[in-house]
Amino acid sequence: MNMKKRHIFLALLLSLSLNFSWAQTPKGSVLIKNGTVLTVTNGTYENTDVLIQDGIIKKIGQNLSAPSGVTTIDATGKYVMPGIIDAHSHVALDVVNEATSPIVAEVRMKDVVNPFEIGIYRALAGGVTISHAMHGSANVVGGQNATLKHRWGMDDPAEIIMQDAPRTIKFALGENPTRVHGRGNGQQPRSRMGVEAILRNGFNEALQYKKAWEDYNKAKSQKGSTAIAPIYNERLQTLADILDGKIIIHCHSYRADEIYMLINVARDFGIKKLVFQHTNEGFKVAPEIAEYTMGASVFADWWAYKFEVYYSTAFNAAILQKNGAITSINSDSAELIRHLYHEAAKTQRYGGLTDEEALAMITINPAKQLGIEDKVGSLEEGKQGDVVIFEGHPLSSYAIPQMTFVDGIKYFDIKEDADDQRQRISPTEAVEPILLSEEDHRCMQDTEHLFETASALFQMNQ
Amino acid sequence: MKRFNKTFLTFLIALMPLLSWAQIDGEFIKPQGGKFLLQNATVHTITNGVLTNTSILIEDGKIAQLGSNISASDAEVIDCSGLVIYPGMIDGGTTLGLVEVNSVPETVDYQEIGNVTPNMQALTAVNPNTEAIPVTRVSGVTTTLAVPQGGLFPGTAALINLVGYTPDQMYAGFKAVVMNFPNSARRGRWDRRSDEDIKKDNEKALKEANELWEKAKSYNELISKGAELDYYPEIAQLAKVVSGELPLMIEVNAASDIQNAIKWVADKDAKVIFSGVKEGWRVADEIAKANIPVITGPVQDLPSRASDRYDAAYSNAGKMANAGVKVALRTNDSENVRNLPFHAAFAAAYGMGKEEAWKAVTINPAEIFGLQDQLGSVETGKVANLIVATEDPFETRAQIMHVFINGFRIPLSNRHIRLYQEFLDRSPGLKSN
Repeated sequence: MNMKKRHIFLALLLSLSLNFSWAQTPKGSVLIKNGTVLTVTNGTYENTDVLIQDGIIKKIGQNLSAPSGVTTIDATGKYVMPGIIDAHSHVALDVVNEATSPIVAEVRMKDVVNPFEIGIYRALAGGVTISHAMHGSANVVGGQNATLKHRWGMDDPAEIIMQDAPRTIKFALGENPTRVHGRGNGQQPRSRMGVEAILRNGFNEALQYKKAWEDYNKAKSQKGSTAIAPIYNERLQTLADILDGKIIIHCHSYRADEIYMLINVARDFGIKKLVFQHTNEGFKVAPEIAEYTMGASVFADWWAYKFEVYYSTAFNAAILQKNGAITSINSDSAELIRHLYHEAAKTQRYGGLTDEEALAMITINPAKQLGIEDKVGSLEEGKQGDVVIFEGHPLSSYAIPQMTFVDGIKYFDIKEDADDQRQRISPTEAVEPILLSEEDHRCMQDTEHLFETASALFQMNQ
Repeated sequence: MKRFNKTFLTFLIALMPLLSWAQIDGEFIKPQGGKFLLQNATVHTITNGVLTNTSILIEDGKIAQLGSNISASDAEVIDCSGLVIYPGMIDGGTTLGLVEVNSVPETVDYQEIGNVTPNMQALTAVNPNTEAIPVTRVSGVTTTLAVPQGGLFPGTAALINLVGYTPDQMYAGFKAVVMNFPNSARRGRWDRRSDEDIKKDNEKALKEANELWEKAKSYNELISKGAELDYYPEIAQLAKVVSGELPLMIEVNAASDIQNAIKWVADKDAKVIFSGVKEGWRVADEIAKANIPVITGPVQDLPSRASDRYDAAYSNAGKMANAGVKVALRTNDSENVRNLPFHAAFAAAYGMGKEEAWKAVTINPAEIFGLQDQLGSVETGKVANLIVATEDPFETRAQIMHVFINGFRIPLSNRHIRLYQEFLDRSPGLKSN
């Protein structure tokens, strides 16, 4: 092979590999005919068609005809809504907490994404096309989260990560970080005072780090500079990125006082991209949340499972919404993620929200909080083709999701659901695990060992 | 002018005690007993179909009359035109009242130390004033089974109505000894025992159960022959199951365990109820053949195996009912027992049908508890446990307008609602003035 031929061959190989990587993220085309289309942002249309081409919503209207080669699905009598977005999930994560320090901003959930987890398929069966795979709540500043698109069946973790979503990071206030670090490890924070101190110390250190780099970069450009670069620190760089508005904070929080504290810290450091998670007492500071933040992502009705959620109300979402805060309903649970449409509907029992307000809480509102509202979260021409077809209105308790599409590709069809979903069989464990209580409240997963140590110490001292 | 000011001041000072009284403003509404006439509703009786333009007279805690032309001049009349009435819902398995805050051990009273404690009485630990009771009953759940948890025989469950200030006022007339049937399954992903060890552990637990049963049998025989025995409260309680005085409620979930439990009870002359029964759909015909009633749930739950269809738990109740099993539902919850109607809706949607799902939260549990002449339907003479709603209470958009328990009109308020009233339009709002 001469040199020229070899170049051509290599170029061909390269283009093949490029094609191959494009082909990895499949995009589909489909025409969904004659459904009741709940756009969420632009009203509801009966007997209307939705055309998705190459993964993008091309046209919403009546009497559309399918371009050649595009499958048509009859949705007569059915409801068509945007793919549901869960702003708080731990589905498809192998581990959840790096509980070793009050600040672990450097760790990334995208390093532990497991595309084979059955939870992804089950979420699709509940109409959920996007989930925010979050770090746990053991740390004041936790790791960086991953926004996932539920492309079930992909075997490369990168293919289920929504690559065009902005960076987000987990923060946590209150009982969990004080329990893990204060009670478990005997280090700050032991109280809500300590939580604030960790945040302020962390951001001040990040400011110094930022300045050191700015000084260095300035000095470096001088002629004959002998400036030495500061030591790179991923943790501080991430905090600096937060200060620069490059990362959205998603903060696990329950009590009104701690929510108010973080708003004040954010104001002092000029941080604008802030979403509160859980936010059980958000209703008490709803005007403050509405004024300063990107809103709150809450449970529909969880309360009383720990002391800091004892003074909760199921009317939380309605109060936040009516005070003008962007509000979403999330799952934080492999079980709840399967019926977020039902969780959103509870805002009608508790607060009488309209259909559109309730549906926004699991579509466009979480999209706004994840910074992806220009791409998904409503049925609009030009947005990504993430769609669910429901039998029955999605806010009815009797609704059943029928088909779920991501980028125009059908990943769930109730008629094609297999009785045996097994992906692998263990030769050494013939007795299959039978999970009787949900193993799924994972915000504090992987932190148990800290308490074993603490209780052992406690007993030794007795 | 000066004089006027003085008078005014004196007047103000005289008013001060009244002003301080104003600190306790707003009358507290208590559950209210009496005679009520619910007029002109659509009544879903459960046992006798749907009656339109029908009225219900509540008197002495009972449904005194049911019909279209009831006159009761001394009753408080509540217009129910355009509204629906259903019997109060019964949750067949909860820890409501036995726990206040799950992560605070001081407030958790559903579990005792020890593997064999059938004499532990859930009714004793029911807190009539738990914050969760008013939160629950405004959903239309009027009656719950308080179930102790823990070892092989963790205690005795008790049925309560969600009104009253002492456990005895709440007690609804049913108790059962609880048994957690030895589990032959792997308990979760973290359970790293070998298949052999799992089998050994299971056999050991079954052996213990058999030995306890034999002891209870001897105890019962000796007592019935007039023997005087040493104080042995655990076995004395189990002996009540042997004698048929109390039913045995067996918590069993894995398919193979359900089969084993059917075999285990076959030669025992005990009244048996299965609870949990998460994999009941795999062996539904066998449960039906054994004629054992089932209290299953939660319905909104994950499948028990990774390989199962995603809707295995949603459809379980319906599959068992269709096979001929008598099915009641439970939430197995404490603070969110209020979601029972939504669990029932999911069961209805995934194969059970609305009518059967309604039975599963009303007349079926009443029959399983032997209380079918008191609870579970709208019939003359039954306890006045009633829900008045704008529409089918299984729908989230339905608003519950009135709830009656034991004939008491229940205030439709609780802390969740009071917080809504205070914070919807907070004062001061964003500015401090």
